[in-house]
Amino acid sequence: MNTTRLRRCAGQGAAYALFAAFIGYFSNSPAYQHLPPDQAMVKLSLRHSGQLLGECQQRDPEELAKLPATMRAPADCPRERSPLELVLEVNGETILDEQIMPRGLHKDGMASMYRRVNVPSGPVMLKVRMKDHPGQTEFPYSVEREMTLRPAQVLVIDFDSQNRRFEFL
Amino acid sequence: MIRKLQQVMLGVLVRTEAAFDSVFGAHWNPWYQLGALSFHFFWIVVVSGVYLYVFFDTSILGAYASVQALTEEQWYLGGVMRSLHRYASDAMVVTVTLHLLREFAKGRFRGAQTFSWVSGLPLLWLLFAAGIGGYWLVWDQFGQYVAQTTTEWLERLPAISDSLARTFLSDATLSDRLFSLLVFMHIAIPLFLLVGMFIHVNRLKLARTQPANGLAIGVVVMLVVLSLVKPARSMGPADLKTAVASVDLDWVYMNFYPLLDRMDPLYVWIMLAGITGLLMLLPWLSPQQAPAPQAAVVDPNNCNGCSWCFQDCPYEAITMIPHEFRKGQRQARVDPDRCTACGICAGSCPSATPFRHVEELVSGIEIPGYPIDRLREEAVAKLATLSGEARVMVFGCDHALPIAQIETAGVAALSLPCIGMLPPSFVDYIARQDNVDGVMVSGCCSGDCFYRKGNHWTEERFASRRMPHLRTSAGHDKVEVCWASVFQGEMLAAELDKFRARLAHEPIAGGTPPPAGEAAHEHH
Repeated sequence: MNTTRLRRCAGQGAAYALFAAFIGYFSNSPAYQHLPPDQAMVKLSLRHSGQLLGECQQRDPEELAKLPATMRAPADCPRERSPLELVLEVNGETILDEQIMPRGLHKDGMASMYRRVNVPSGPVMLKVRMKDHPGQTEFPYSVEREMTLRPAQVLVIDFDSQNRRFEFL
Repeated sequence: MIRKLQQVMLGVLVRTEAAFDSVFGAHWNPWYQLGALSFHFFWIVVVSGVYLYVFFDTSILGAYASVQALTEEQWYLGGVMRSLHRYASDAMVVTVTLHLLREFAKGRFRGAQTFSWVSGLPLLWLLFAAGIGGYWLVWDQFGQYVAQTTTEWLERLPAISDSLARTFLSDATLSDRLFSLLVFMHIAIPLFLLVGMFIHVNRLKLARTQPANGLAIGVVVMLVVLSLVKPARSMGPADLKTAVASVDLDWVYMNFYPLLDRMDPLYVWIMLAGITGLLMLLPWLSPQQAPAPQAAVVDPNNCNGCSWCFQDCPYEAITMIPHEFRKGQRQARVDPDRCTACGICAGSCPSATPFRHVEELVSGIEIPGYPIDRLREEAVAKLATLSGEARVMVFGCDHALPIAQIETAGVAALSLPCIGMLPPSFVDYIARQDNVDGVMVSGCCSGDCFYRKGNHWTEERFASRRMPHLRTSAGHDKVEVCWASVFQGEMLAAELDKFRARLAHEPIAGGTPPPAGEAAHEHH
């Protein structure tokens, strides 16, 4: 093997090795710190329909007669639902205070949300409150709980619409 | 600013390519076949993916275990296949990115090349979607991180339901059906990518989708060795009750993921969409400074329907249609939107022979900016300037080494838009002249023509493997070919000196020019 051929082989080997080293290293290095080691994670997620915003109006017989036979519902009920107001406090500090709008063009769907917040691990006081009608002066749905979260623990807070209460999972 | 950036990048690129040329040779130089390498990596991913699919369990509890079994118990094949699947995917991202940067630096994103540029950009999104989706399937802690972060990111789009991230809220919300859907998407997205890749090369004649054999084998060996030395491994199994604090991120695919922890994910969408949009608009944001050269035109009087231009056009700009007035014959038709005005068609036209005794030399197809008649006039004028011993006429290319710098009393130089524009009959014509001793043909370095095929077709025409052939009674020894990039001026000068020395010491028997009619007939 002459020198030129040897030099070319060595050069090719070096080029392949460099390329392999690049993808070999960067395919899983350096490690990325997604969550600081002394923190836990709270995932607040819910799907809930706010209350209807208007009252149902009873139709009188004259009004009903004007309607097509298949549409003679005795009451005319508005479809629009109230947005939800949700507040999360951690150790007395408000971490999240949001208004969640109902889905749909007519705002008649469920309101849903998902938020992830990092909180310090160790003992924490969590308080979640929610309103589902603008006329409510107090938060009808509220829960306060003292917990000890270990580092990297995931605490899921969901809302059980059927039983109308918050759940800690 | 765009042009300055292009110039800087081009300077680095050309030097790098020259360095690789000296090691790999032009034929195996990976920089000249980044697109083909991307195809090659894609097929490695497909083959390894099919193998993995056979053993993969598409259930929440089975996914991780099945991948672990492949990695640990079947390390010699399943493990290697898994590693090949990952590393070839990463390698494809690298080659695709370099391919994009190279085409940008070379200015091949405007005019007729706009289609390839614009059709290639959406493929980046598909490539990343295919790769990132694959990590979910392993369902280890990394998969958990990717699933959580990606769904949160997707949810920031107004059209996406915000119950997507709820799917990965707890083990109770996960279902085996979801994993089947993810597998389906991991197959469907690469299929769309493949279709897109073929659309991307649709306007290229004989698009290079397979790298040179030596290079193809080289990268496979490289990936296998890497797979054995550093096999791809999973992190611990996913556990939705525990957050992934530190993650072994694939920075090739997910280099922008840390941004999602640091800013509103909507801004990441805006940033990536903005970059893509900007690149999409680049052909119009940075148009050619000089007026775009006019597309090739066909002269039906001189077109005999041989279809050589049709076969040689690198951009599929030529089609054959029934002749305008010769019944039963065909003629070429040029699509101006696809034509880059490289002139390769003129170089292939049998009527583009300077031996024809006509007042104005018009060939069947030529580019209006540089007609064949002007080429003959300029070549003849250049010959008249030659003096001394071993006089050489050099034909070069505007996109390679500027050959004006090698002109001396005994060396005349003429640069063409592409060397493929030079009809072999011109070389014969010049070689037969009394006031020249030899002809040198130069252009972009072998394996990398600015217009894709110019130097390759020229080599094939000279070697009588492609029409029109170089037939010269002046003797092939009077013709020398030397491809040189912009940084290979010294090499070209040395080759020119050697050629001239040979011409000076070994007088070559030349023939007298045949009668015009005979010569014209010969080249038809």
